Amino acid sequence: MSKVKHTKSNPRDVNRRQFLASTAKAGCVMGLVGLGITATATQSRQLDPLAIRPPGALGEDDFLSACVRCGLCVEACPYDTLKLARWFDGAATGTPYFTARSIPCEMCEDIPCVKVCPSGSLDHGLEDIEEAKMGIAVLIDEKNCLNFKGLRCDVCYRVCPLIDDAITLERQHNQRSDHHAMFLPTVNSDTCTGCGKCEHVCVLEESAIRILPAHIALGKTAEHDTYINTEETTLEMLNKGLSL
Amino acid sequence: MTKSTVKKEAITDAMNESSNTGFAQAAIDELGWWRAHKFLFLRRASQLSVLTLFAIGPWFGLWLLKGNLSSSELLGTVPLSDPLVTLQVLMTGHIPELTLLLGALFITVFYVIAGGRVFCSWVCPVNLVTDSASWLRRKLNLPRLGEMPRNLRYYLLGLVIVLPLLTGITVWEWVNPVPILYRAVLFGAGSGLWILLAIFQLDLFISERGWCGHLCPTGAMFALFGKLSPVKVSAVNAKACDNCMDCFDVCPERQVLKPALKGKQMMITDSDCTQCGRCIDVCAQRVFQYQNRIALKAENNQ
Repeated sequence: MSKVKHTKSNPRDVNRRQFLASTAKAGCVMGLVGLGITATATQSRQLDPLAIRPPGALGEDDFLSACVRCGLCVEACPYDTLKLARWFDGAATGTPYFTARSIPCEMCEDIPCVKVCPSGSLDHGLEDIEEAKMGIAVLIDEKNCLNFKGLRCDVCYRVCPLIDDAITLERQHNQRSDHHAMFLPTVNSDTCTGCGKCEHVCVLEESAIRILPAHIALGKTAEHDTYINTEETTLEMLNKGLSL
Repeated sequence: MTKSTVKKEAITDAMNESSNTGFAQAAIDELGWWRAHKFLFLRRASQLSVLTLFAIGPWFGLWLLKGNLSSSELLGTVPLSDPLVTLQVLMTGHIPELTLLLGALFITVFYVIAGGRVFCSWVCPVNLVTDSASWLRRKLNLPRLGEMPRNLRYYLLGLVIVLPLLTGITVWEWVNPVPILYRAVLFGAGSGLWILLAIFQLDLFISERGWCGHLCPTGAMFALFGKLSPVKVSAVNAKACDNCMDCFDVCPERQVLKPALKGKQMMITDSDCTQCGRCIDVCAQRVFQYQNRIALKAENNQ
C-alpha cells in the first residue's frame, strides 16, 4: 500500500504509449464522425427555392454560419408566417423560413423578427422593411396567368404592398382580339421585397407568380460590360473614359 | 473476514434483495419512499418546469421565456444563450449581436457557480430519455457490453468546435439532440426525434449511459465549467457504506463514486459528476450529502 502512495500512481494516469494510441484512435473516430455529420449537414443545407428566409437574412452561407436556431424570430412573428425547418423540410433543420403560398410576410413596420434575432443572422441594419430582399417575385407562367389571357384579374398587383412600384400593370395591345388591351403584371426587381403576398393570393390552383431567391431570379451582366449601369451613366462620365 | 467472503455476502444479499423486492428497496424501507426518490422527483420537476416555461409561450401565449435552450429571452429582457452554440458561431467567423454573447456569458457564469453538469441532470431534456433507457435497462437486466472511453466526449467537444472553422457552418446544430427535443415540443418539429430514438437505443442496447456519460459534447463543456463550483456531492458517511452497490447501479458516472467511498477524499470533486443526487436517494446508510466546499473550508479555518 505504502509503495503505491509514494509513486503517486493513479489508475487514470497513462503512459506515453497509451496516450498516443488512444489519441490516434479517438482522432480517427472523431475524423469519421466529423465527416459523417458534415456530410449530413451539407446534404441538407441546400435551400428549397420556394423556402424563403425572414427579412434581413444574410446570404445563405453566412446565414448558416450565424443562425443558432433558437426560434425567437418565429415566436416574434405576429402572423405565424415563420416556421422552423424540420428534418427533410427543404431548409437546414431548425432554421427559420416561410412558404409564401401558405402564409406570406406581412412586412411589419417594426420588423419584430429582425429585432429579436440574437445572432445577427437577420441583419439588424435593416430598419425599413421596404428595403428587405427576401426574394424576387417572378411571373413564372405567362401561359396560365389570367392577365396574359386578356382578363383583368390583377389580384397580384392589387395586393402588393408596394403597388405601382414593385408590381406595375403594363398596358399592351391584345393581339388575339386585335381590339382590346392587356394589362401585364410586371415586377420591378429593384423594389420587390419578396414578401410573397402576390404568390399567396394568385387565384390559380398553382400560382403563376412565385417568389424565387435572388440568385435564381436575377440575371447578371458581365463585369466588363460598360453598359452595366446605363441609367446613371452620364455623358460626362463617358467622356472622361470612366471604367465602369 | 476475507475480501472474497464479504463480496460473496454482498452478492447474495443483492440477489436476495432483487429476487423479492424492487431496486433500492433497502433505502425505501429505511428512508421511506419519498426520501428515497426525493432528488429524482425534484430533478424531474426542474427539467419539466424549464420545458414548461418555454412551452407556455407558443402553446398558451404566456411569454415568460422565449426561444429555446440555444438562445432565449427571459421576461423580454435578459438574454440567455448556449455557450457551445455561441462558440460555434464565433468559430465560423461570424460576429453575432451582443445579446448572444451576453447570453452565453450569463449562462457560463451561472453554471460555473451552480456546478457545471447540474445542467445535465436538472435542466437538459435529453436526460429524461437517457434516464428512462437506463431504468429500462435495469428492469430488463440487460447485460453490459463493452464500454466506450468516457473521455470520448471531450474529443467530440473539440470536433464540434473545430468543424465550424473548417466548414464555415455550425455543423453540430444539425444533429444536436438537446435543441432538437426542445424544437419538437415548442415548434412541433418532430421529425428530428429519430436522433433521440437512436440515443435511447444506444443507451438501452449497446452502451450503458452511452450518450450522456460518454459522448455528449454539451455535457463535456458543462463538466469543464463545473471544475470550481462550490456545491458537490460528498460521501460524508463513507464508513457506513455496506457495499450494496445501489448507488453504483444508479449513478450515471459511476467512476466518480469509488474514490469518494474508498479513497481519502470524501467529496466527489470530479466534474463528470452530474450532481443528480440519486446516490443520496438510494443509499439506505445515508452515506451521501450535498456539501458546499467553500463554506466547509471557511468553517475549517475558523
